[in-house]
Parts: sequence; C-alpha cells; structure tokens
Amino acid sequence: MTILFFLFATVILVSAVMVVSARNLIHAALWLVSTLFGVAALYALLEAGFMAVVQVVIYIGAIAILFIFAVMLTRRELRDKGPGLNANWWLSALISALVFGGLLFLLSGWSGFSKASAGLPSEFDAVGALGEALVSPQAFVLPFEVASVLLVAAMVGAVYVALKQK
Amino acid sequence: MATETLIWLLPLPPVLAFFLIVLFTNKNKALSHTIGVGAAALSWLGSMVVFSRALGVEHLGERPFTSSIPWLPTGETWLRIGVLIDPLGAAVLFFVAWTIFMIFLYSVGYHNFGQPEGDHDRPGLQPHGATVTDEHGHRHVVPSVEPMYSRFFAFLGLFAFGMYTLVVSDNLLTLFVGWEIMGLCSYLLIGFWYGKESARNAAVKAFMTTRIGDVFMLLGIAFLYSATGTLTFREIFTEEVLHALATTTTPILGLSAVGLIALLLFIGTVGKSAQWPLHVWLPDAMEGPTPVSAMIHAATMVSAGVYAVIRMFPLLTADFDGHTLTTAMSVVAFIGAFTALFAATIAVAQNDIKRVLAYSTISQLGYMIAALGIGAYVAAAFHLITHAFFKALLFLGSGSVIHGMEHGVLHTGNHHVDPQDMFNMGGLRKKMPITFWTFLVGGFALSGFPLITAGFWSKDEILADAFGHGHLAVFVTLAVAAFLTAFYTMRQITLTFLGEPRTKEAEHAQETPWTMTVPLIVLSVFAVTYGWVGIPEHFPLFGGILPNWFHNFVGSTLAEEPEALPFNLIPLMTSLVVALGGLLLGWLAYRNVKTPAEDKLQIPLLKNKWYFDEAYDFLFIKPSYWFAETFVYKWMDKGVIDGILHAFGHATAFLGTWIRNYIDKAIINELIGDGSARLTQWFGGRLRPIQTGRIQQYMLASLGVLIVIGGLMFSLLVK
Amino acid sequence: MIPLSWYLILSAALFSIGLFGVLARRNAIAILLGIELMLNAVNINLVSFWRYGDVTQMAGQVFAIIVFAVAAAEVAVGLALIISVYRTRKTVVADELDLMKW
Repeated sequence: MTILFFLFATVILVSAVMVVSARNLIHAALWLVSTLFGVAALYALLEAGFMAVVQVVIYIGAIAILFIFAVMLTRRELRDKGPGLNANWWLSALISALVFGGLLFLLSGWSGFSKASAGLPSEFDAVGALGEALVSPQAFVLPFEVASVLLVAAMVGAVYVALKQK
Repeated sequence: MATETLIWLLPLPPVLAFFLIVLFTNKNKALSHTIGVGAAALSWLGSMVVFSRALGVEHLGERPFTSSIPWLPTGETWLRIGVLIDPLGAAVLFFVAWTIFMIFLYSVGYHNFGQPEGDHDRPGLQPHGATVTDEHGHRHVVPSVEPMYSRFFAFLGLFAFGMYTLVVSDNLLTLFVGWEIMGLCSYLLIGFWYGKESARNAAVKAFMTTRIGDVFMLLGIAFLYSATGTLTFREIFTEEVLHALATTTTPILGLSAVGLIALLLFIGTVGKSAQWPLHVWLPDAMEGPTPVSAMIHAATMVSAGVYAVIRMFPLLTADFDGHTLTTAMSVVAFIGAFTALFAATIAVAQNDIKRVLAYSTISQLGYMIAALGIGAYVAAAFHLITHAFFKALLFLGSGSVIHGMEHGVLHTGNHHVDPQDMFNMGGLRKKMPITFWTFLVGGFALSGFPLITAGFWSKDEILADAFGHGHLAVFVTLAVAAFLTAFYTMRQITLTFLGEPRTKEAEHAQETPWTMTVPLIVLSVFAVTYGWVGIPEHFPLFGGILPNWFHNFVGSTLAEEPEALPFNLIPLMTSLVVALGGLLLGWLAYRNVKTPAEDKLQIPLLKNKWYFDEAYDFLFIKPSYWFAETFVYKWMDKGVIDGILHAFGHATAFLGTWIRNYIDKAIINELIGDGSARLTQWFGGRLRPIQTGRIQQYMLASLGVLIVIGGLMFSLLVK
Repeated sequence: MIPLSWYLILSAALFSIGLFGVLARRNAIAILLGIELMLNAVNINLVSFWRYGDVTQMAGQVFAIIVFAVAAAEVAVGLALIISVYRTRKTVVADELDLMKW
C-alpha cells in the first residue's frame, strides 16, 4: 500500500510540475491529464471508488478536453512563442514555497496529523451512502440542487460569453 | 378760589400759550396773538386778584400766602418747592403783570399785524415793506407784517412763564429755574432775526456772559443747600440759620459762610443785570425787536437779577451791625455805584436811541444794587418798581419812534438811513405827539424830575439813605451819575423830538397805531403816580399827606422792619440840583446840534464803551478760540488721538501683512496646503505604477501581504 | 499504515505548485490549469479527511462532488471568457490584458 502511495504521489507531483513549466500548452494540458489520472488512482487508494471514476470521467473526459479545445482555439500559430513564465516567476516561486511552508507549519501543530486510518466497517456501502446523502432532505439535497442550478447558469453564461457576435 | 391755588396758576397761561402756538397755531397770526395776549391778560387778572387780596391781609410779612409740595426725595427728607407771596412778592408781581401785559399788547402793533406781507420778506430777517397800489394807481411802500409773528408770541409766552415762576417761587430752586428759562428766551429773542449775523452773535454773547454769572450762582445755591439743608426762603431766613451761617468761616478770603454765599449769588445778578464787569451783553442785546428790549432789559429779566438780591437781603446783611458794611456788602455797593457812573458816561456818547436806553438801564440797575449794598432795602425795591415802569415806557416809546421813522424810510425808499440813529431824527413831537408826551414823562421820571415823577421819589430815597448812613463815596458817585442821567436823557429827547426834522425820513414819520400807543399811556400813568405811594413821612410839605404805604408794606417783608430815616435837606437839594441842572444843560447843549460832528461829547473812549469789548476779546475770547481750534482740535484731537488711532491702524495693517506673507502664504499655503498636495502627488506618482492592470501581479501582492499579516498574527497569537 | 499527514503534505504541495502556476504563467489558459491543480489538491484533502475521520459521515465526499461541479462550471465560463477576449484582443498573454489599471 505504501509503495502504491509513493508511486501515485510521484506521478502526481511530477506531472504537476510539468504542467506549470511546459512551454507548449498542449503538453501542459496533457500533463494535466496525467496529474488527474494520478489523483484518480489516489482516490481509489482511499477507497472512494465513486470519486475515482467521477474524476476520470468529468475531469479528464470533459475538463481536460475542454482545455485542449480552448488552447487550439486561441493560437494564431501552432507554435508557442516566448517564454512560458512571466517576469516575476521567482517571486511567485518564493511565495508558493512560503505558502507550502506555512501550510505545513500550521498542520504540524494539529493533533490529528499523524493519525492512522481506521478500517472500513463491514457491509458498508460507500456509494449507496453517498447517493443517499446527496438526495436526502436531511442531508445534502439542497447543495446538490443548487449545484445543478449553478451548472445551468455556467452553461448559459459560457455560451453567451463565447458566442460570436454578428 | 383759594389765593394759594391762584398763585400756583399764575405762570400757567403763558406756558400754555407757548405750547399751543408752537404746536398748533403757528400759521395763524390772529389766533396766535389772541392766545398770547389772552394768556398775558389772564395772568394779569390773576395777579391783580392776588395783589388786592394781599393788600387786605394784616401783617402779610409774618403770614404770607404760601403753599409748597414735596418735590425731590433726598434720603429721609424732601426738597420742597412752592409759591410765596409776601409783601415784596406782591409788589413785584404787580409791576411784572402790568408790564408783561402791556408788552404783549404792544407787540401786536409793533410787528405790524394787519399789514400785507412784504415783497421780499423772509423768516429770519426784519420785514422790509410791501408795495401797495391804492385806488388812484399810486404805489406806496407800507410796513409789512413780521413773517415770524406767531413765533414771537410763543417765545414771549415762554419768557413770561419764566418770570412769573421766578416771582412766585418760595425757594431758590424754582427761582433758578425761572432764571434759566428767561436766559434761554433772552437768547431766542435777541437772535429773533436770526438771518442777521449781528443778531446771532449778540444772542450768543448774551447767553455766554450771563452763563458765567449763572455758574457762580449755582455754586452759591449748592453751598447754601449743603450748609443749611434747605432752599426755601422762609426756612433760610430764620434767626438760627442766619446766625449759624454768619458765624461759620470759609477758607475763601476770610469771608463768613453767609458772606460767601451772598457774593456767589450776587455774581449771578452781576451777569443777569448786566453790572460791570459782565455788562457787555446788554447793549448788543438791542439787536432784538424793541418789545424784547423793553421786556428783557427793562421790566423783567434784568429786574429779576435785582429781585434775587433783594430776596437774599437777609443773607447779605446777616452779619451787618447797621453801621460798618461787611465785605460782601462793600463789594455789592462798589459794583453797583461804579456801574452806575460807568454806564452813564458811555450813554452820553451813544447815537442809537436804543443804546442810550440800554446803558441807562445798566446805570439804573447799578443804583439799585448800590442801594442794597448799603442796606437800603426799601429804597432799592422802590426804585426797582418805578424803574420797571418808566424804562419799559421809554423802550416802548423808542420802539414807537423807530416805527415812525421806518414809515419815513419806506416812504422815501432810502434804505441806507438808519431809523434808530438820533441824528436822523428831530422834530418828531409834531409828527408823533402821543409818543412824544409819554416819552417825555418817562424821560423826566428817569432823570428824577421833582415831585411829579416816580423816579424822583425812588432815586431821592436812595441818595438819602446813602447820605444818611454816612456812605459818602457812594453818595457822591450816585449823585454824579444822576447828573449824567438827566443830561443824556435830555440830550436824547432834544435830538429826537425837539427842533426841526433833520432828514426827509423824519419829516414823513407817522404816529403808531393804538395797540402801541395805549400801552405807552398806561405805563406813563404809572410812571407818574407810582411814586406817590412812597413819599417819606418827614418830607417837607408833602410828607404825611399820604402814608408811606410802600415803606410800610414792603418793609414788613423783613423780619425787622427798617426804620424810616429822619429827613435831611442835603440829599434832597443834591438830587434837585443834579436833576434840574442836568436837564437844563442837556437841552441847552443840544438844541442846536445838527450833526454828530458838532457833538463835543463824541469822545472815542466813551463812544467805544471804554474798549471793554475789545479787552475781553483779547483776554478771553481769542485765547478760548485758540485753545479750541489749535490746542484741542489740531494738537489733541487730530494730532494725539487720531495719531494714536492711525498708529493702531498702521500697526494692525503691518501685522496683518506680515502674517499674510510669512505665515499665511508661506507656511499655511505653501508648506501645509500646497505641501501636502505635493506630497500626496509624489506618493501617488510613486505608487501608481503598482497598478499595472496585470492580475498575476495583483495576486502576488495580495498573497505577499497575506503571508506577512498571517505571520504577524500567528506570532502575536501564539505568544 | 499511511498516516493522514502524508496525504495532507501531498495536497499542500500540489496546492503550492498550482499556486505557482497561477502566479507565474504567461498564458491565460495555463493560469486556469494551475487553478485546476489547486482544486484537485483541495479535493484530495477532503476525501482523505473523509476516509480518516468518521466514514459514515458522507459530508467529505459530498463536498468533493460539489467542488467537481463548481470546478467544471468555472472552467467552462473561464475558457469562454478567454476565447471571447482572444477574439477582440488577439492575445491570451495575461500580461497584455492590463486594462484594470490607473
């Protein structure tokens, strides 16, 4: 198990670094796909099977594809010009490092930091419970419905914004 | 009506007349003079009633008509004012009422009531005649009516109010009030024709000169009040008060209190009755209309001065032992006698008919004052009353003469002829007979023509008193003055009425209307008969036929009735000689004189009044003007005070400019105002490039700040 | 076996890398890629807390589902905006889109 974790963690981190440093945007998008795959695998490791599948379908199948489309629609030439990073990249790196360090520092003070995982209860239907939680009035049906409204709005908005005005 | 109430009401009609005329009837001449003369008649009637009742009271001196009311609250006590008619008051009231009434009546004719309005007459100047066309088409110039007719009666009414108040008052306060009212009216009436510069100056001169006297009088009143606590005559003239005052000494010249008070009050009379050295205003006062001259300068105002001294006689003689004159009395006698002679010398050289009478008045007043100075109470009062009658008569007569002359002037049209100059007259006895005879009576009375004129009896009594008590210096001075009086009076009569007319204007003179001649006749009756109430008992032949009513009546006013002097032949002979001699000499000297050049007595010293006016101008007037114009106005007011103010102004302006330039502009505007703006601009300029519009840079900045703040808070909270 | 901390460190690192991408990349679409990375880090966090907490409480997963939805919506709208901007300005370089300035 631990080995699998390290493997997937490496995949994720390396791919992420490539995402942010690839000059060619298509390469960056593809590296994003890789990162997403790694995350999905991690979900599986965390025994959240539904999440893993949804990750692949939604993120990779829809969002990453969308990115590739957008990249293709916004270039004059097939070749990327200029550097991938802007002038202040060193400051950004510093800030990010500081954020990382700060987060770690905060987390390290938390008591539950080194917790071990508990076992799953037997006869536990994770997906069913999730489904029930999503539609149960005592649980999270409201956020669920609101999210769907949000998606409608986003859809309409995106269509309107990107519509070519004649 | 009770006599006391009547006495209170006596001054009322004239003052009512004043207000009515001023407020309502100023435009209506007939109504105004009706109100005026009616008021004078009412007061005259009341006075006659009071006088007749007073005659009927036994021992009026001890039980006079008196009534008073509390007036000014002074702490625990009250200052009372009221009325008093004792024998002296009754006698004075008699002549005041008659003369005022006659003068009111006379003024109607004098100001040409009924005549047309003048061609170029303006208020403020004398009327100059109106051109009238008669039925044949001939044009004459006739006398025109006075434009300020009603105003004259209003002022006369106010004046009468003042005089009545003075006569009926029982205390020094209301006496002084009446005194001052008359001073004001004198100013108003002398300057009646205010368009004339000489009249204006004369009015101011009169007021200023009498004011000097009034200030000292007020000091005397104040001193008296503080020494005795009262101003009522009957309370002052008691044994205890007089004795107390007589024995208190004052630090001034070693005088006793009573002497000092008497002198201070006397100075008021010196001013009011035009005695030397404050005599300078009376001749100039002839600028006023003749009724004014008669009223003010014969009958009433100048008499008021003498009346005041007569009233104060007990005060004057409080420490008099009967033989040696006290200091105060000596001063009074000296000034009186000196003035009598001094004024007589000037009168002989005057050519204006009114000026002669003015100096004559000063001289006769000197007689009365001298009489009081030597202690001749009854004689002084007697002469006061007879003089009032015949001097009023003489002045009104002169007014009549001037009127007649003006008629002549209007006839000939030659306005350069002075109708008042005696050398332009002559022969007027034929043209103006009534005026002539009444003037003659008055003139003889003034000279002291024996037996049949009142002046003889009163003047003789003064001379007798002077001689009888051994005051020979006074006797001689008064005798010489009497000689001069007769001389200049006859000069006046000769030049004016006798001989032939010297000018065309005199030829065309006319007698004046009844409103002017009737008062003359009435007054001449008094000028003759009034003397007979005071014939001394021991007079040869005539003494004893009529009792010496005057002596007994008026003498009873005093606490100790003065005794009648035994008869002495010397003063009688002296007065006969000087009177008849003066008259004869005057006629002889002047019956052939035609021009001033032939008049040997036109000596410059006398003609110019011994140069007193010039002296006063040099000593007092010019320095006062210098003080006012140069010292006070130029140096103090403009130089010092304005200088200080200008300095303040300059200092403030300088300070203001300095503040403006160095603080306001430099510091506040530049440094703080503009400076802060520039600082903000500089900062803004520096900070502006931060806003690049690039979102990533914005995010970097916000994250950076977040980290900083987070670190700060974390470090703070952990501690 | 695998402590929770490892998952948390991993998500923190992923988050920081995403942050770096957002701050430092020139292309606007690359910025959106960075945002995706950050969202994924958040999701990892949520799911691991679900797993290592009370498993019967579905709140962690539900939250992650909602995050999915939001991410999807946001990407759609964001890319639409970038396309629209590209059409008018002919550029997707973030530095050149600087109208929000003084």
